[in-house]
Amino acid sequence: MRSDREASAPFGLKLAAAGGLLFLHVPILLIFVYAFTTEDKTYQWPPPGFTTQWLAVTWNRPDVWEALTTSVKVAAIATLIALVLGTLCAAAVSGSRFFGREVISLLIILPIALPGIITGISLRSAFSLMDIPFSTWTIVLGHATFCVVVVYNNAVARFRRTAGSLIEASYDLGADGFQTFRHVVLPNIGTALLAGGMLAFALSFDEVIVTTFTAGQQQTLPIWMLEELVRPRQRPVTNVVAMVVVLVTLFPIIAAYYLTREGDQVSGAGK
Amino acid sequence: MSDTVALSDRSAPAVLTARNGVLGALSDLFWRKPKLLLFLMLLPPVLWLGIVYLGSLFALLLQSFFSIDEYSGMIKREFTLKTYGELLQPSNLDIIIRTVVMATLVTIASAIVAFPIAYYAARYARGKWKALFYLAIMLPLWSSYLVKVYAWKLILSKEGILNWALAKLHLTGLLEAWLALPIVGGNSLSVSSTGTFIVFVYVWLPFMILPIQASLERIPVSLIEASADLGASPGQSFWNVIFPLALPGVAAGSIFTFSLTLGDYIIPKIIGTSHLFIGQAVYAHQGTAGNIPLAAAFTVVPIVVMGLYLWMAKRMGAFDAI
Repeated sequence: MRSDREASAPFGLKLAAAGGLLFLHVPILLIFVYAFTTEDKTYQWPPPGFTTQWLAVTWNRPDVWEALTTSVKVAAIATLIALVLGTLCAAAVSGSRFFGREVISLLIILPIALPGIITGISLRSAFSLMDIPFSTWTIVLGHATFCVVVVYNNAVARFRRTAGSLIEASYDLGADGFQTFRHVVLPNIGTALLAGGMLAFALSFDEVIVTTFTAGQQQTLPIWMLEELVRPRQRPVTNVVAMVVVLVTLFPIIAAYYLTREGDQVSGAGK
Repeated sequence: MSDTVALSDRSAPAVLTARNGVLGALSDLFWRKPKLLLFLMLLPPVLWLGIVYLGSLFALLLQSFFSIDEYSGMIKREFTLKTYGELLQPSNLDIIIRTVVMATLVTIASAIVAFPIAYYAARYARGKWKALFYLAIMLPLWSSYLVKVYAWKLILSKEGILNWALAKLHLTGLLEAWLALPIVGGNSLSVSSTGTFIVFVYVWLPFMILPIQASLERIPVSLIEASADLGASPGQSFWNVIFPLALPGVAAGSIFTFSLTLGDYIIPKIIGTSHLFIGQAVYAHQGTAGNIPLAAAFTVVPIVVMGLYLWMAKRMGAFDAI
């Protein structure tokens, strides 16, 4: 769809597209305004005044820090597991054709294709059937399961673009399998893995539906927010936390975008 | 193939010497037996997903064939279809119908809002604007789900920005008239089905934009030029050439919006009426009520509905557009 002759769009289309984008972004921008409001009892608009005191209040809240630490820990471990499993699977699926290949792709996608509540409740009932106590590790177990697909998608796309002849050339020049992996395969898929890992981290950091089923006493940041949403107690603190969460997830998304975009110029891609 | 390598290895060691060390030996082994390497690579992910995910999923489905004893509240572990029968009770059937209708409406509305954005991004955005458009769609997609729901709680609240804007435009009467309607109305927007609907559309919208954009970008320009050469007006070209070719993208996007709405229980809990959706029913039955069989039977509903939906979407060619 690249036509240079149609330089400008019809006015109606421009309006609808701009309206749609505004609809997508205004609510998130509002969070930033609310984080600095002086009003602490209601969601009053326009804010009666602006203050930065809530940043300091939030900074000194131990429960927020605890939830943040749990979230980062869970997301880091889940991402690590997903990186290993997703890369192995992507390498196997893209490297060769074998019986059951389609089944394996389906198996990877299933945890994200079915509604999260199904993953959540089945894990919970499995834990209770096997008498596994809820802990940070049960949260990790759930998160890693649906993070695999993100890493897998990124890695598979890159493997498809990496020329097989590069690997064959490496073997022909006398490298063994591990050397080939270390010096040829890894540099080629590195940025794709980084991007996949970042998105997996963002996915896990933000997950709430599965987490409500697999967490016991542990609070991740989304669980903390959910409780505030259901029973608002400290609105100003929630506003600040919401703003911080937006800023924290912003970085990996933009980074992942640039990492995978430059993947087009991977060596051997043109062959 | 691997046998001949192994044979020549033994008969002509001068050509192919074995590598030294454990790693070298392993490397040789994998070269001779690629199937073994494949097996070892697949083993961890398949074991993980097979045991952790499929295992618990089947355990759950199995429990939907158990039933709960009405007097003791204990789960009776014998095969019965009684629990599925309970799904057909009017109150439960109501929940299922409400959820499916909501999912359908949300899907249609998302498609309508998403199409112009995707169309502009695919056909008119160039260079820097293209990247900007892409990020403008990706950022809301990936930013926190709860933050997005929270933002709408701020917007829809009585003292919030929407009521303020409507008051400035002297349209408060219109909103009140809408809220006075049965089913869609309520005390305020944040406790009405209309509010639930708006938030659902907002949260799932990027999932609809991306596949539509992908399918639009795949239409060759020559097709549209051919249509124009044959005398079609831009409107005719759109409805007879572009729109039918974009339909698989719409179908692909609708898989996400439909499935996500079916399983969600947080949005209707935070913004909406006291009437339950499937997700809330599942949550309530497994939690306080401890009725795992009924909760399990409820989860089968979205699985079956999604199965049917995927089958229809596949016939529309949605899977080529993901």
